[in-house]
Amino acid sequence: MATKKKNRLFMRTAILLVMVGAIAFTIYNGVIKEKNELLQVGDQAPDFALTDLNGDRHQLSDYKGQGVFVNFWGTWCKPCEKEFPLMDRQYQVYKDQGVQILAVNIAQSDYEVRQYAEQRNLTFPIVIDKDKSVMEAYNIRPLPTTILVNPEGKITKIITGEMSEEDIVSYMEEIKPE
Amino acid sequence: MENLQCQCGHVNPLGTKLCESCGRSLTDKEQNSKLVDMRYEGTARRSQTYNKSIIDKIWNFFSSVKVGVSIIVILLVAAALGTILPQQAFVPANTEATIKAYYADTYGSVGRVYHFLGFHDLYSSYWFIALVGMLAISLVIASLDRFVPLYNSLKNQRVLRHPSFMEKQRVYAQGPGADDTLQKTEAKLKELKYKVRTDKNGLLAEKGRFSRWGPYVNHIGLIIFLVGVMLRMIPGFYVDETLWIREGETRAIPEVPGYSLENVKFALETYTGEGEEARFGEALDRVGTVAKNYQTDIVLYQAPNNSLPGETDNLEVVKEYPIRVNQPLKFDGYAIYQMDYKLNELKTMTFALTDQETEESLGELTIDLIDPNESYELKNGSTVKLLGYYPNFSGFENGEPQTASPLPDNPGFLVKMTTPATPQGETSFITIQNTIEPFGPNQYKLTFQNAEMRNVSGLTVRKDSTLPILGLGGLIFMIGVAQGMYFNHRRFWLQQTDSGDILLAGHTNKNWFGLKKDLDQVSAYASLPAYTDQQEETEKEGEPQS
Repeated sequence: MATKKKNRLFMRTAILLVMVGAIAFTIYNGVIKEKNELLQVGDQAPDFALTDLNGDRHQLSDYKGQGVFVNFWGTWCKPCEKEFPLMDRQYQVYKDQGVQILAVNIAQSDYEVRQYAEQRNLTFPIVIDKDKSVMEAYNIRPLPTTILVNPEGKITKIITGEMSEEDIVSYMEEIKPE
Repeated sequence: MENLQCQCGHVNPLGTKLCESCGRSLTDKEQNSKLVDMRYEGTARRSQTYNKSIIDKIWNFFSSVKVGVSIIVILLVAAALGTILPQQAFVPANTEATIKAYYADTYGSVGRVYHFLGFHDLYSSYWFIALVGMLAISLVIASLDRFVPLYNSLKNQRVLRHPSFMEKQRVYAQGPGADDTLQKTEAKLKELKYKVRTDKNGLLAEKGRFSRWGPYVNHIGLIIFLVGVMLRMIPGFYVDETLWIREGETRAIPEVPGYSLENVKFALETYTGEGEEARFGEALDRVGTVAKNYQTDIVLYQAPNNSLPGETDNLEVVKEYPIRVNQPLKFDGYAIYQMDYKLNELKTMTFALTDQETEESLGELTIDLIDPNESYELKNGSTVKLLGYYPNFSGFENGEPQTASPLPDNPGFLVKMTTPATPQGETSFITIQNTIEPFGPNQYKLTFQNAEMRNVSGLTVRKDSTLPILGLGGLIFMIGVAQGMYFNHRRFWLQQTDSGDILLAGHTNKNWFGLKKDLDQVSAYASLPAYTDQQEETEKEGEPQS
């Protein structure tokens, strides 16, 4: 009788645990993860390779050991336009300290991007995501979105919306190699 | 203390209504009622038996049918609330702030409250999922608690029952019998496909016991269905994405890593009413234009193994296919459907460089609005240099032309025109039907000649690996329904006392008419005493049944 009771308690506990676990797992997947779908802080940043305006290939994993400041933008995006000069100024400061900027344009023409960059004298590499595959891999919705990648290749922050110069400095500091 | 001992000596678990062995009524309520409650064979629901630890208490809570029904009612009310205003997935906004603003702007304070309470994303809210999960727990526990004792009770049921059990059955007969009554009854019942067991002076005939498992099979189907729904939330099992793609564009397919799609051409065909379609002429005159076909000609590409997002140089052609309504492109478990379209977005614009006075043309240039060139050479050494291009010109800010979007809905061009007559160049800013000459009047201008258009296809990318699971769940559900609905569990108990009298009782879980029809045949063959339907009798007497 005692073992029967023990078995019963064990069975009931097991069944309840399995079902509560399944519910918790569903809620986790459906509610919490949905916000950023595949991409989360702490994840390994998905590798990509894009070509810049000078024809040079930039592969994210080639910058391992450096921090990478990946900024998604478009010429029509007003906040992007405001933060670009600030980013460029800080790029001059931090590029020798091991922080790289990759500005990823979303599928615009070479002409528009080149014209835009030349008018503003931007010095950091600007690459064009021609078929939006990088945008898809990073699940980018609003522009601008900035992804901070640390020297180990992990995402440390996902920033949507405009950044002030102080923000940019603190982000650069965050991903600067030791 | 914990258990109930019957007069026959059998020890029953607490909560038992009818003795598991002989069928005597054990509770006061049962003893005083004229008919026995045969639900679950009068067994104790397992959860009522034990009520000790916290686990047992939780178990008991979910074992209750009242709790189960309450959860269903709450779920129904909640699901109905979610249909009052559109869910967030169907409103034209995609960031949290714009969604909130959309509800407030469109539906006023109702919308604000609706959004505040989280009803705009009701079906994937944690509490809704938790409720569905509680329903699943309730289904499993309530079924187990009823199925196990019922199964054991039917498996171990004895042939001989106490007369008090038999006389409280709905169909009951008592009267004199002959020597061969038992044998003849057995023979006839066997002929009617009953399983017959005998014991001493008694007989138990049973048919269609599996009908009793119907509700539990049905619940297994529901649980499998819910598991399928749960899997939809897990990345990789379910994809439902929209892809807008313009003619000439190649785009990565959302949620389908490694594949991209090129829109070669989108076509909307309508019925012309000519030739073979002349017979539709009358109808077309009445209703106007009728669409015949929506079609996107595509090329499906796959990136080679190990290539990274962004590497578009070595895409391999997988398939060329015309996607039409209900004829999706299928590959690798995915399907791409034709869903929507937009016609006539600007693609190219052709201008003539003309002398404003003489209207003499120095030649034409065509600007590709999707991929413009930096400069255009004309004959006689004239060039038009593009200084700035604003695909959706929205005005000036600090003297700088602005674009509101990357789409060429309202293209603006800042150009420098150099001709042999004006070697230093003239600057002008051109938008549709408007030319600004910022540095004074020019000799030359760009005159609009014509434009080419392109169409946009709205495609839906679908994948649903849970369909086989949902199908299986649905099938098992239906099997359970059929099992419980179209089959009946019929039993007859027969006993012959020492004096030769016959006691007969009959029970079925549904369809008493069918049971009586069987019994009529047996009675005619074996000369059984006439039976009465005790429930009908009590109803006739006007006594309400509990």
